[in-house]
Amino acid sequence: MSADAYVVIEHLRGQVADISYVMLAAARELVRDSDGKVVAILLGHKARELSTDLSADEVLYVDHPDLKDFIPDAYQAVLVGLIKEHQPRAVLMGNTSIGADIAGALSVTLDLPLVSSCRQLTSDGKFVCQICGGKILAEGALPEPASLVTMTPGAHKAENGRATTPPTVTDAQAPSLEGLRTQLRKYIEPEAADVDISKESLLIAVGRGIQNQDNIALAEELAKAMGGTVCGSRPVVDQGWLATSRLVGKSGKHVKPKVYLALGISGAPEHAEAIVDSDVIIAVNTDPAAPIFDIAKYGAEVDMFDVLPPLTEQVKQAKG
Amino acid sequence: MNIAVLAKLVPDLVEELSIDASGAKLDTSFARLIVNEFDDHAIEEGILLKERFGGQVTILAPDDEGIDDVLFTAAAKGANRLLKLKGISAMETSSHALARAYADVVLELKPDLVLAGVQAHNDLDGSVGSLLAGMLNLPYVGYVSGISMQDGQAALRKEYPAGLIAELQVTPPAVLGIQAAEQPPRYVAVSKVRQAMKSSSIEERTVAPTESPAVPHIGRMFKPEAAQHATMLAGAPDEIAEKLVKIFKEIGVI
Amino acid sequence: MSYILAKSLIVLVALLIAVGVFCLRLYRRLWVNLRHGQPSGTFGQWGTRIQGLLKFVGAQFRLFRVLLPGTAHFFIFWGFLLLSLTILQAIVEGLLSFRDPHFVLPIIGTLGPLALLQDLFTVFVTAAVLYDLSVRLFVNPPRYEGSHNAQAATVLGYILTIMVSLSVMNGIRINLGDLPAPSWRPVSTLVGGLFRGLDPQAQFTIGEVAYWIHLGVVLLFLTELPEGKHFHVVTSIPAVLLRNLEPAGRLPAASDLDGAPGIGAIENFHWRAMLDFFTCTECGRCQDVCPAFASAHTLSPKLLMMSLRDHLKERGRTWEKQTSSGTGESTKVLLGDVVSEEALWACTTCYACDQECPLFIGHLPLIVNMRRRLVIDGRVDSELQDALANLGRYGNSFGQSERARARWTQTLDPKIKDARREPVEYLWFVGDYASYSPALTEITLKTAQVFQKAGLDFGILYEGERNAGNDVRRAGEEGLYEMLAEKNVGVLSTCSFEKIITTDPHSYNTLKNEYGFNGSSRHPVLHVAELLDQLIASGALNLHNDLGSKVTYHDPCYLGRYNGIYDSPRRVIRATGCNLVEMPRHGDRAACCGAGGGRIWMKEGEMLERPSEARVREAISLDGVGTLVTTCPKDVSMFRDAVKTTGNEDRLVVRDLIELVHAAL
Repeated sequence: MSADAYVVIEHLRGQVADISYVMLAAARELVRDSDGKVVAILLGHKARELSTDLSADEVLYVDHPDLKDFIPDAYQAVLVGLIKEHQPRAVLMGNTSIGADIAGALSVTLDLPLVSSCRQLTSDGKFVCQICGGKILAEGALPEPASLVTMTPGAHKAENGRATTPPTVTDAQAPSLEGLRTQLRKYIEPEAADVDISKESLLIAVGRGIQNQDNIALAEELAKAMGGTVCGSRPVVDQGWLATSRLVGKSGKHVKPKVYLALGISGAPEHAEAIVDSDVIIAVNTDPAAPIFDIAKYGAEVDMFDVLPPLTEQVKQAKG
Repeated sequence: MNIAVLAKLVPDLVEELSIDASGAKLDTSFARLIVNEFDDHAIEEGILLKERFGGQVTILAPDDEGIDDVLFTAAAKGANRLLKLKGISAMETSSHALARAYADVVLELKPDLVLAGVQAHNDLDGSVGSLLAGMLNLPYVGYVSGISMQDGQAALRKEYPAGLIAELQVTPPAVLGIQAAEQPPRYVAVSKVRQAMKSSSIEERTVAPTESPAVPHIGRMFKPEAAQHATMLAGAPDEIAEKLVKIFKEIGVI
Repeated sequence: MSYILAKSLIVLVALLIAVGVFCLRLYRRLWVNLRHGQPSGTFGQWGTRIQGLLKFVGAQFRLFRVLLPGTAHFFIFWGFLLLSLTILQAIVEGLLSFRDPHFVLPIIGTLGPLALLQDLFTVFVTAAVLYDLSVRLFVNPPRYEGSHNAQAATVLGYILTIMVSLSVMNGIRINLGDLPAPSWRPVSTLVGGLFRGLDPQAQFTIGEVAYWIHLGVVLLFLTELPEGKHFHVVTSIPAVLLRNLEPAGRLPAASDLDGAPGIGAIENFHWRAMLDFFTCTECGRCQDVCPAFASAHTLSPKLLMMSLRDHLKERGRTWEKQTSSGTGESTKVLLGDVVSEEALWACTTCYACDQECPLFIGHLPLIVNMRRRLVIDGRVDSELQDALANLGRYGNSFGQSERARARWTQTLDPKIKDARREPVEYLWFVGDYASYSPALTEITLKTAQVFQKAGLDFGILYEGERNAGNDVRRAGEEGLYEMLAEKNVGVLSTCSFEKIITTDPHSYNTLKNEYGFNGSSRHPVLHVAELLDQLIASGALNLHNDLGSKVTYHDPCYLGRYNGIYDSPRRVIRATGCNLVEMPRHGDRAACCGAGGGRIWMKEGEMLERPSEARVREAISLDGVGTLVTTCPKDVSMFRDAVKTTGNEDRLVVRDLIELVHAAL
């Protein structure tokens, strides 16, 4: 029984996911007023070097060929053992395609409470969950003596989870991973993207408000005039109006442009979390209550179709 | 193929949500309920699997106002059995308790696959599918957007961020958390649903909900207040465009 | 054998063969196929029907909508009737030739004035045919795109040949003294003059050749009649006689034929509809006025009818085979192969095709019925699916809560009466667009203010109102339509009111023509244009300001063509002091904005030119006109968007009729 906060590091094909750093920052906050440590759990195969910038007091590294890629069964088997052995105060996992796959089984197998969709942990042992599309927050005390938590980006910043000096890495033994019922066959790459929006510095984003495919041309025109790139939120990509490479959001790309011009985007959490690292967010939306205005620096409550033509025209003139 | 699909209702986010008098729960008296979007995809995927590989699809759901319509719509799409758990309401029950209520019924059905939506927006203690898998000691894979049966194995497409897909293989029986069906949930004409109401029936199972200590206690529920708000630009569209150009120049993008 | 005996025999044999072939083809085309069709119910109102026959067939009324071809056809039609007597003469003369080679029918063959008419009509018909041939061969207008032009030209050739051979035959017989009442036949005499120089034997020979050509071509034409578009010669009379007399705005109920509503196979059509397939003359007038055809070539009502006709013929052959051998080959599927889904969904239900068709072919009910089957089969595009799901859940297509329906009233003081709670004289059915579209709220508020100024005792249903369902029905979702109508009727039946008023022509149409209200009393339904007209005329509404601007008016489809309201909005416009200039396509030729029939809820698709943009350009083409007035919320939305997308914000302003009245108060 300890006051430690364990963080299950999420990594995919040699890259540590941003959520891992967010969780390390959250774990740091949780143990701040206690003698608990932040312990990162890194499962993989020949993946030791992924630990170098984790801001943890210790990294427990388990190496096994069957851990080369994320397999829910395999991760569960290893983590059950580790958690039973070390009995931490809290185990943080991502509310993601990795963390959410294992949290449920761990909760049942270990008979530990599970708090899901948590955006914030505090040093006095409180959690704040974000539910109902971000419209409702639920606060409570993190159950004692131990809890599982799945985390979503929110109050904690990834940069606070990155370390400049590598942490201590301790090797831990993997249990037998015989009889796994799930196997990875292969990965399927997304279609070759003409542009990587996560590297662009000027993004013009369209949401449901664009209404149809033809109107995308209006955004394209502005993008061309400004030297920017068009991207979009989930509804636009689901309809096929933009390629998946242009999807900004939890299941798409995280972007950090200088300017993010959001047209007709409401700002739901899955989209918001992917754009908060932008320098300046400018939002255009006819709904004054749209959550996008809570993260934008500038906003205009106007129909984007009314403002696009004059804006494009004026940009063209300004550029000469 | 024997497929079980777990479906439940969640608050409709189109409506205004409010907190009840206790300050720690959603006010359900005025909340409109709608089928969980991911559960709707799970139903569609179940029907698609039946159409492709044959077999039976059973829909299980707790008892909330409006669930009958969801069940009959599923029947109109091709679901074979409709099972309602009486005595348990999705709005009042934690995911753990709901999973426990499902566990016995699902065991009885002996399905090859259990499909559930990968999450529900009002989940506080995890998703029902992943918990049920733990209780029944079945493999669980979430964020699934495609299923195919090959030589008794289930071949899955699992979604990762930025468009990356992993192709996995699972040995049934298994529980799958559906992110998206292979085609959007099909439209069912109102007259077809009405017809299903006459030709299909909903079986009922009474369940006594057991509360699990594994569920976190909520001390307070509230609506987020924005820490900040955007500086709003006012005026006619032309004027706003002018102001935007000024801002772009200040930042240095043009 | 003597010539006169041979003549009788040949005529007899030819007649028997021709009539035989004609009857066989008639049997195959009509009897076999229509027998597989569904019952069409009983037909009544014979007085109206006979009148219609006189007006639309006799006087060729609708044909004159396209003036020159219509006039030409008028002459060809009446020429056909008058000159059919000469055909009768030719046949009887031929049959009786062995007895009396110079046999002439009593009266019909001898009456002077009749002979004169026939002679003159020979010229008229010839002129008409030459005009038509020049159109077919040289002008080739767009409405003939897809029609069988070779067939048309051939038949025109036949008619020309018949006319010429008749004149030659008559002319020569006048020369030989063989034709009664020669002084009444100036034209034939003139033609005969060409041959007067020849010796009598030669003339006789030529005359007989002309006779054989004349009769031969007639009998040939007879055998070909049931094959192509000229079948309308036979079917047009029953088609016009048995036309649909229900109001245009009332769709037929959904039939449940093979376990599902709507039409999924050709045999699901009523036999009366099948008759329409054979009545289509491929004239293309419907195609010319179809907004879907003009904007994207996705749908042509003409090609639709032709495809259905061809498919029915093909299936007919299979049915014939079926009676003798096994199951017959499976042919194409109606929905998908014969008629594309794209074509069916492209229709805006504007009614222009049905309005234009000279033979009252009902294109719309067919399209809606086929849509009904597509909906049942789930073959609905994702945008329409979302709209229908929203309509089913929230009672409006915007996907907003039903509780938000009356949000637009929040700023009003005094509050509008709640018709659910207190009796009112006028129950104002606001409609989805007027309630939920932020861009239109201003107009809705002005409407309330105008009603208040006029001292009307009015109320609204607040959250109790649902989409009236007009376009849901036209999109083929009959079950959802019934559900919405049930809810609305349920609320209305608890209210106490005298009349229903609305600014939305779509709601107006279904409330007036299709809603069955509980109890025996049907409440009058008025469109705001009618109401304003009445109020201004009675003095209840005083317009003090003279607006004096030059405007044009767009007739909304569901107000104009569907319900015949053309004059009231125009009177109201003039009463506001505006100078009204008509667009080329106005009144029952008004060009649809493209939003109806559920189109506003569907994917737009590739377009050459949006209907709304074409209409805006038409308005701009009018010199000095700066305002486009209309009286439908969807029209206002569509045209305002089109003004923006065509870059005409400085040139044209779109106003609802209410705004004009409001400004003129």
